[in-house]
Amino acid sequence: MSAGSGGGSAGSGNGRSGNGHQVMLRLKLRIWRQAGPDEPGGFLDVDAEGIPADCSFLEMLDIVNERLITDDIEPITFAHDCREGICGTCGVMINGRPHGPEKATATCQLHMRKFRDGDEITIEPFRAASFPVVKDLMVDRRAFDRIIESGGFISAPTGTAPDANEIPVPKDVADFAMDAAACIGCGACVAACPNSAAQLFTAAKLGHLNVLPQGQPERWRRAEAMVETMESFFGSCTNHGECTEACPKEISLDFIAVLNRDYLKAKVKNRRLASQT
Amino acid sequence: MTLTLDARIPEGSIAEKWDNHKFSVKLVNPANKRRFKILVVGTGLAGASAAASLAELGYAVEAFTFHDSPRRAHSIAAQGGINAAKNYRNDGDSVHRLFYDTVKGGDYRSREANVYRLAQVSLNIIDQCAAQGVPFAREYGGLLANRSFGGAQVSRTFYARGQTGQQLLLGAYQAMAAQIAAGGVTLHNRADVLDIVVKDGEACGIVTRDLLTGEVRAHSGHAVVLATGGYGNVYYLSTNAMNCNVTAAWRAHRRGAAFANPCYTQIHPTCIPASDEFQSKLTLMSESLRNDGRIWVPRNMDDTRRASDIGNADRYYFLEEKYPAFGNLVPRDVASRNAKTVVDQGLGVGPLRNGVYLDFADVIARDGESVVREKYGNLFDMYERITGENPYRSPMRIYPATHYTMGGLWVDYNLMTNVAGLYALGECNFSDHGANRLGASALMQGLADGYFVLPYTIGDYLAPKLASAPVPVDDPVFAAAVAEVDDRTRGWLAVRGTRSVDYYHRELGKIVWEYCGMARNRTGLEKALTEIPALREEFRANVKVLGSAGTTNQALEQVNRVDDFMEMAELKVRDALHREESCGGHFREEHQTPEGEALRDDENFAYVGAWNWQGPDRPQELIKEPLEFEYVKLTQRSYK
Amino acid sequence: MAQTVAPPEAAERVPPLRRRQRQLPWPLNIYQTAVGKKYVMAVTGVGLLGFVIVHMIGNLHLYEGPSQINEYAEALRDLGGHLVPRTLILWVMRIGLIAMFGLHIHSAWSLKEISRRSSPKANWVSGNKRYPGGQDYVAVNFASRTMRWTGPIIGLYVLFHLADLTWGWWLGGDYIRGDVYHNVVESLSSIPVAIIYIVANVALSVHIYHGMWSAFQTLGVNNPRFNHLRRGLATVIAGAILVGNLSFPIMVQAGLVA
Repeated sequence: MSAGSGGGSAGSGNGRSGNGHQVMLRLKLRIWRQAGPDEPGGFLDVDAEGIPADCSFLEMLDIVNERLITDDIEPITFAHDCREGICGTCGVMINGRPHGPEKATATCQLHMRKFRDGDEITIEPFRAASFPVVKDLMVDRRAFDRIIESGGFISAPTGTAPDANEIPVPKDVADFAMDAAACIGCGACVAACPNSAAQLFTAAKLGHLNVLPQGQPERWRRAEAMVETMESFFGSCTNHGECTEACPKEISLDFIAVLNRDYLKAKVKNRRLASQT
Repeated sequence: MTLTLDARIPEGSIAEKWDNHKFSVKLVNPANKRRFKILVVGTGLAGASAAASLAELGYAVEAFTFHDSPRRAHSIAAQGGINAAKNYRNDGDSVHRLFYDTVKGGDYRSREANVYRLAQVSLNIIDQCAAQGVPFAREYGGLLANRSFGGAQVSRTFYARGQTGQQLLLGAYQAMAAQIAAGGVTLHNRADVLDIVVKDGEACGIVTRDLLTGEVRAHSGHAVVLATGGYGNVYYLSTNAMNCNVTAAWRAHRRGAAFANPCYTQIHPTCIPASDEFQSKLTLMSESLRNDGRIWVPRNMDDTRRASDIGNADRYYFLEEKYPAFGNLVPRDVASRNAKTVVDQGLGVGPLRNGVYLDFADVIARDGESVVREKYGNLFDMYERITGENPYRSPMRIYPATHYTMGGLWVDYNLMTNVAGLYALGECNFSDHGANRLGASALMQGLADGYFVLPYTIGDYLAPKLASAPVPVDDPVFAAAVAEVDDRTRGWLAVRGTRSVDYYHRELGKIVWEYCGMARNRTGLEKALTEIPALREEFRANVKVLGSAGTTNQALEQVNRVDDFMEMAELKVRDALHREESCGGHFREEHQTPEGEALRDDENFAYVGAWNWQGPDRPQELIKEPLEFEYVKLTQRSYK
Repeated sequence: MAQTVAPPEAAERVPPLRRRQRQLPWPLNIYQTAVGKKYVMAVTGVGLLGFVIVHMIGNLHLYEGPSQINEYAEALRDLGGHLVPRTLILWVMRIGLIAMFGLHIHSAWSLKEISRRSSPKANWVSGNKRYPGGQDYVAVNFASRTMRWTGPIIGLYVLFHLADLTWGWWLGGDYIRGDVYHNVVESLSSIPVAIIYIVANVALSVHIYHGMWSAFQTLGVNNPRFNHLRRGLATVIAGAILVGNLSFPIMVQAGLVA
């Protein structure tokens, strides 16, 4: 019995039994396996015993992989990197939800104590036509980069900037922009959307840049280009709201309204600008 | 062959050096810039900002990342902020003060000229980022907000909530995206750089492995820029992302680039302790928590009571007792070492007895829960998400973890390594932080190097090469490098051993953490010098990598990296062994003041220890670059 | 093993699903985009909703008695009085309604096709769903998930309704042109017809419930002061239409209107 076990079990709901010992789970996993983008895929059933309740979801997959390697089975491929919920690399469908059952939590921050002993967990990759499966649970999300490249920036070549305090930004505008800019680009919005639409991702970047004074000169060009690039890869929003629910950063659906408004204004304004030149 | 390292520090007083240098470097005519191809490896803060800025100037840039998108780079995880000597608070900050604080914070093991330049360009960085639309925190008047960070006496830290690194990285990524769209930058994603190609003493290209198809390719250019981050994952458990690695820098080292100060590692005191053997990484929490939390352990190692039941008499507030003046706010390294001491004494708390308490009960009683929630709500939530414990009810458990590496490839004032045409930026180089880095300075350095230093200095090397085309990729030097990478990669599949790559990485981490972590001593380091080569031999003979080289194979990606860590770890230990002093992130137990403080030896060790590769079978040779301090007075730290 | 100077264009590894078509002249090019189509769907939806509301309110004349509702119907034909030929304005409105219907349906159909092509079927040895493991929806509601079913139901119902009360196809000899009151009562007193009306009007209200909130979103009506009211407004209007429209078959069946 350690000195800290009392403190450890004081908070309820952690992965410890009353006497401070780690709770071990036995899980029935159904994990999607697919050798390559054009290979057939299917579920691998894994009976995972002795999973510590305190480990994260990805660490659970690490443990499963260690065992697969012992059995000479190639480990499961899954994308991951920072494991602290900010890089946006990880993300799988867990029991039919992107990033699993916890709200505002990326897969890497989901911990196994949220599951019960004996639970069956189905794990699949994020799916959309423009997110082709690379292997197993890993998908290719480069279409997001294409959207950013088409206009998700403010052109400010290095060295041209005026003093940072030259352009004041009202605090509520800066806060609004930051709310949108919190997007980590994980793709959960697309995976959750019944239409495979990328409206929330695109709206988050537009919402960030289009409200800032620095973003005004390119506002309409940006809105038109980003939306049209988005549409060339992804489906069409029908305002279900699944994206916001799946978003680990809880980006608001309201940004999509901003996107719609800015896009239509852009279509009008860009025409007028074009006709004047 | 003995190497001499010339830092090429410009003439003039410290405030004039950078301006003088900018005037004296050779320029490339704007129309000619597009004739130069520059390969930028890594797309974090330093790499993305360099790629964008170079492309804006007109250079033909090729950028390489092993991620699916440049936005995933680990710069994204920096929470606290970025320093700049703007003096917007009117509290007496200046370029000179930031310079002074940085040199002092680095325990007088950095180059004065580089640090002064860093402080100078810090002003431009904030301007640049604000213009890009980075949503920095603002005051109600619309002007930028600042906070004091990491014990600084002035408020010079700019921040964007707790996601400053993310926002700055996205700014640089977006600037690069604009250049990708404009054709100035060609991006290669999921391209793992596995070798640097050097011909006639000049860097002329790289070899990459496509992580989707396994294809090994050569890329050639007039110059190669490495912005590949630090080597913190040599400890296996660190706050670094899982894929952070030393491979590109290490391969450059093996091709002749000197590796400087590998023993300098920063350990961050407020991380969440490991919960079990399968812990894959450690999560850092902002050290602002120490402003209000009190750190303690039970006095009696057999105390089994819950934390709240332990009376004051039985609590050991070790920092407050030992350092009455600074208490819980002593610098990172002091706080970390003291936590290690009590845990080593068997006083650790938690199921694995591997942490110390960080207790907010007093501040909650004094200010109320809502005030604490206001200040630290997101950190408390993060702690609860990871541990399942509610820090409003029971104290947090914390323990130090590796966070940043100050050492790296040796570079001169131009950020060029001793291999001509090979540059190192950001955490990948050794230059600006000395033996210890100040809080909120990593973001500053990465962006300084990428936006404002390299774009000027690279012209000096390129200008005379106007007439020459890059070495063609069908040159034998490329063919040999490609074959070498291919053989090495495929070789792992043929080992067919019994243990996984992760197993060996964990074992390596245990050795390095035990003997070359927060505190080091001769006996331990010598022990590590026998254990690491033995582990490496076993690893090379017994690692088990399944699958094929022709598709995505994460174990195969990792095995090359762990192999390089195995070699790097040995150099790190050797560097720690040779440096018979304590300074900043390097604490040798033999060298401490009677109060247990780091004891420098300026007489004998005021130099940069750069190591020159001598081949796989011979230890590296130590080259010393002496450090001279003209503008900063060397003092001993004291926090009593 | 291979080495090439220029690697295959990385960007093209994930090619766009749709290339840009030839641009039509402004403003038709707006309708070439998905957001433009949605905008058209929202605008026509608002127009059709206006019709539904006016139509429902007008029908309330039923409760005032045969002469009032018949006068109301006559007034519609006589809109514009002696200034314009009789029924001209009504026909203009009808053509407008038909156009809105057509655009609403066409945009819905093409958006559905875009989404269908954007959501792959899982590459699976057996089975053919996007998520063979099943998807657990959180935010979608019955209304939002059934728009593509309630829409066609409403479309069919409109045809039925026209055939029933405008063309009098199956009332036959009982159909009296111009006697709205008589025709309505005659038709709705048949139980199958009443059931059709009830089912269709429930579908209509469900469609309006999601459609109206969705239109706010699509038209970019997004004022933080009113955002919380959008759902409420959609509920109130859909509810009012439901109550109003269901009252007719129920009252007739209950014998309270005869």
